[in-house]
Amino acid sequence: MASAGKRHITGWAIANTVVIAYALFPVWWIAALSFKEPSTLTDGNFIPEKWTLDNYRGIFDTSEFTRALINSIGIALIATVIAVVLGTMAAYAVARLRFPGKKLLIGMSLLIAMFPPISLVSPLFNIERILGIFDTWPGLIIPYMTFSLPLAIYTLSAFFREIPWDLEKAAKVDGATPAQAFRLVIAPLAAPGVFTTAILVFIFCWNDFLFAISLTSTTAARTVPAAIAFFTGSSQFQQPTGSIAAAAVVITIPIIVFVLLFQRRIVAGLTSGAVKG
Amino acid sequence: MNTPTPATSTAPAPGGTEALSEGARQERRLGWLLCAPAVVVMLAVTAYPIGYAIYLSLQRYDLRFPGQAKFVGFSNYGAVLSSDFWWEAFWVTLFITAVSVAVELVLGFTLALVMHRAIFGRGVVRTAILIPYGIVTVVAAYSWQYAWTPDTGYLAALLPSGDAPLTEQWPAIGLIILAEVWKTTPFMALLLLAGLALVPEETLRAAMVDGASAWQRFALVTVPLMKPAILVALLFRTLDAFRIFDNIYILTSGAHGTGSVSILGYDNLFTALNLGIGSAISVLIFICVGVIAFAFIKLFGAAAPGAEETGR
Repeated sequence: MASAGKRHITGWAIANTVVIAYALFPVWWIAALSFKEPSTLTDGNFIPEKWTLDNYRGIFDTSEFTRALINSIGIALIATVIAVVLGTMAAYAVARLRFPGKKLLIGMSLLIAMFPPISLVSPLFNIERILGIFDTWPGLIIPYMTFSLPLAIYTLSAFFREIPWDLEKAAKVDGATPAQAFRLVIAPLAAPGVFTTAILVFIFCWNDFLFAISLTSTTAARTVPAAIAFFTGSSQFQQPTGSIAAAAVVITIPIIVFVLLFQRRIVAGLTSGAVKG
Repeated sequence: MNTPTPATSTAPAPGGTEALSEGARQERRLGWLLCAPAVVVMLAVTAYPIGYAIYLSLQRYDLRFPGQAKFVGFSNYGAVLSSDFWWEAFWVTLFITAVSVAVELVLGFTLALVMHRAIFGRGVVRTAILIPYGIVTVVAAYSWQYAWTPDTGYLAALLPSGDAPLTEQWPAIGLIILAEVWKTTPFMALLLLAGLALVPEETLRAAMVDGASAWQRFALVTVPLMKPAILVALLFRTLDAFRIFDNIYILTSGAHGTGSVSILGYDNLFTALNLGIGSAISVLIFICVGVIAFAFIKLFGAAAPGAEETGR
């Protein structure tokens, strides 16, 4: 009996290890590349023989990368804030109020969530050139609304439906003003959902590549994923492998931090809107 | 699932339009007011551009010769649909979509079962599995590209020397699928895991008492009960896979017959600067995605996510 239990545990340990290795090895590989010296870059080893930070120094020396990093952070943050504010308003209405057109709103955001981004690129490219916002921050923030707003409305309305809104009424009966009832009762209950949605939206914006390479032409608004694709080596005979690997690690760090800190909530956010219906 | 309590006690029965109380009318107005900004933004960034794309697709509009723009009817569509480039990209996209979604379903189910049944380390596995989901696709694609590049890569080193899989059509398509599967299986697994949580434990135990084997319990109890979750996951992933762009752009740039329809659209716009043809491709991709969604919802009866809640 004891040995069967032990075998069981070993089995799970192996399964877990396989899953973790599967998830991590491409990440590990690119991180290893980023720490390799140019001379050992092509050795194919998983652990660098000689560790160096030169690749990181190299990318932070040029304004190309730092500029792209600022663009990425700024654009993703602004898009997230707008999407979460507008999404919260709409999701609150969907979860709590009765009004005709609710079904239409949900249907519309579903439709938009399925939109192929490439279908928007050609008209947006021309519209933005005409409006003069091509290659600017708003020129990327606005298209990012296409996927972030439906995502925000979905996940938030799923979260909001779980909130026991009667508590608000109970607080008012107990003598709280509407503002107090909101601040002390509803806001703390709604905050985790809003925060989770913000993380998911941020990851989406941070990830975008198609809009970023199509709707920018200079370093003015180009985000890191797009900038990496245009990296060149310091001479024409040199591949930018080390720089790309280092830049890749830098933009991966925030995601890893989010995942480690908010793992449970991200899972809840991803699945609540889609599966619970 | 708990039934939602009515938002206000004064709200009239839905449908009683003539006799709206003041409170209900206010609630209505507030609802519209709160949704308006989101609706305006969504229409402005999707409905208007797609309408404009349809308009552009009916024009001869080449940015190198802007003076020659004129209305040409459906001739752009004729040009696209009669070109081998479109059909090759279309079949490649369809192939990548079908294979990657099928592999992801099997792999994702396995992962979901591991996470669902794991005795320990569930949290660690869930955290690890979110990393491929969260990581920037371009970064992952570079990792795969370097891995398969002769001289740099650990995976290319396993091949007979001189092999450069990314420069041959079928091996390259295989690697594109691999990169896509690695990145998106976790998403599939998490959706399926949520579906697994909805299967009542008692039903499984009852089946076990009745003598059903593990496989029978899975095929005859778990899967049918999870059907809605499976269909939603498949719908999401199929639509997503059909739009594949980032992985291909980094791995092969669409060379050697590996371009998807999205890559083709991008090339026509930004390499050939032909807005008319590019827009026609955009509209065609939009139609394809619509057909896939329609097929899933009508033929397989996938509930559109959120459909139940709107039924209330």
